[in-house]
Amino acid sequence: MENRYYQKEIETMPVEEIKRLQSEKLKKQVKHVYENVPYYRNLMDEKGVKPEDIKGIDDLHKLPLLTKADLRDAYPYGLLAKPLDECVRIQSTSGTTGRRVVAFYTQKDVDLWEDCCARAIVAAGGSKKDVCQVAYGYGLFTGGPGLNGGSHKVGCLTLPMSSGNTERQIQFMMDLNATILCCTPSYAAYIGEALKEQGYRPEDIPLKAGIFGAEAWTEEMRKQIEETLGIKAYDIYGLTETSGPGVSFECSEQTGMHINEDHFLAEIIDPDTEEVLPEGSKGELVFTALDKEAFPLLRYRTRDICVLSRKKCSCGRTLIKMAKPMGRSDDMLIIRGVNVFPSQIETVLLKEGYEPNYQIVVDRQNNTDTFDVNVEMTPDKFTDKVSEILAMEKALAGAMKTMLGINPRVHLVAPKSIARSEGKAVRVVDKRNLI
Amino acid sequence: MAIKQLTIFVENKQGTVASITDTLADNKVNLRALSIAETETFGILRLIVNDEETAKKALSDKGYLIQTTEVVGVKIGDEPGKLSAALSVLDSAGINLEYLYAFMARTEKHAYVVLRVADNNLAEAALEKAGFHMITDADIKKL
Repeated sequence: MENRYYQKEIETMPVEEIKRLQSEKLKKQVKHVYENVPYYRNLMDEKGVKPEDIKGIDDLHKLPLLTKADLRDAYPYGLLAKPLDECVRIQSTSGTTGRRVVAFYTQKDVDLWEDCCARAIVAAGGSKKDVCQVAYGYGLFTGGPGLNGGSHKVGCLTLPMSSGNTERQIQFMMDLNATILCCTPSYAAYIGEALKEQGYRPEDIPLKAGIFGAEAWTEEMRKQIEETLGIKAYDIYGLTETSGPGVSFECSEQTGMHINEDHFLAEIIDPDTEEVLPEGSKGELVFTALDKEAFPLLRYRTRDICVLSRKKCSCGRTLIKMAKPMGRSDDMLIIRGVNVFPSQIETVLLKEGYEPNYQIVVDRQNNTDTFDVNVEMTPDKFTDKVSEILAMEKALAGAMKTMLGINPRVHLVAPKSIARSEGKAVRVVDKRNLI
Repeated sequence: MAIKQLTIFVENKQGTVASITDTLADNKVNLRALSIAETETFGILRLIVNDEETAKKALSDKGYLIQTTEVVGVKIGDEPGKLSAALSVLDSAGINLEYLYAFMARTEKHAYVVLRVADNNLAEAALEKAGFHMITDADIKKL
């Protein structure tokens, strides 16, 4: 296949030039943040760093790191760098202790984000001749809006399906000849199974490519999706804090994701010492947004553990590549594409009058995450009526859904029945084996 | 006049009920009646025993979630149609039944029915008016 690019000049720019570009942007961005974000200015002052100390990307390590805790403390406007009347959009994701992450966008921010998604679509073989079915959720979640925007930029006929209603997804896919599918890998697998059940063979399905992200998936799962749908499946990565999907994307080589490093400067640090590690080391991924105006996070710790590589890529792109994240340096779980922190479950339990004795069990059945929460029954809630206990389980599941955005199955279990190791209850059992 | 039922939260795990009945046996507690309501993941065990206090303490000490529930005990003749007669009394009085279970007397020719309703007094009054005899905790001890 001929290599095609959405923004060739950037995507194939010699590395030295990219670094020079990053250095220039970084200097400006640090100045912008220092002048407009008191929260970060204080962090810099505490560290004794001035904007003029940052002369290029080699000085990046001098800047303070940001974490999700900072986003929580600064919620909602504390990290905003532009007046609200210049912002045109927010996107949001769940955060710890019930506070959400709210990210702001100027029109330019939206444009650059959509460019990033457009690069991913073109790298997956997309052009204006394609029909792009976006089956990520639309709304506060960045998946739908990001790929929708990217698809417009490429000029694809865009099907803004949002997630769910598989029957309708299949009907539009088959009737309108969708050629590119964008959704979570588990939903892609689910749609694939549904098509198979309806008797469609891979060669009957008009799709040629899929862009799948927002949750972890294995090579085996990729192979399975590719076979069922008769497509090539591409990974995409991103996070609301930096923009959304399209921070990095896969090309035809399928050996890691090219980071859009003209917009996002990546580092790998040791999660314990916070020291910057040399290229090729495994560590925590940290991003600095070089172009974002409204919500420009500098040195944001993603908590994703991964490796960066500048090995030459057969697709011709010179953009640095990141491996699929190999884990987390915190306790966040990604379930059906949604970020879940055990502390959120705890918050709900305390609010609803339960003891915080619980265990989250995550598994994957038929390529879809299952999400169960076992909660120990308390003496004062206990009743002899089954219907009342089932109603309590339902009410708890509802409260968790409100907090997390996804519905767990809640099971009330006997007191002291949740496994404890060294006296400490095991809060998370993840059986998915994704790494 | 209601009788005391022990209500125990049990998980759907092999051996759970056996370990409860073992505990009762070790404490010389005699079972009069037993019923289990089960769901996919948990069950509620309901017991009528001859010594409620000893049983409750022994099971609590073992870590079981246990509570005492007041239920209505009715004596009915051991012949076809008697249970229906009792239930239709409740029905005509507009009393909703949560659950029920029954057990036989060893010697006498009648059975006992345990009824769980929202208002015990109301149910007992209706049944007594229709000629049924209630049983008490003292009766249970003597059984």
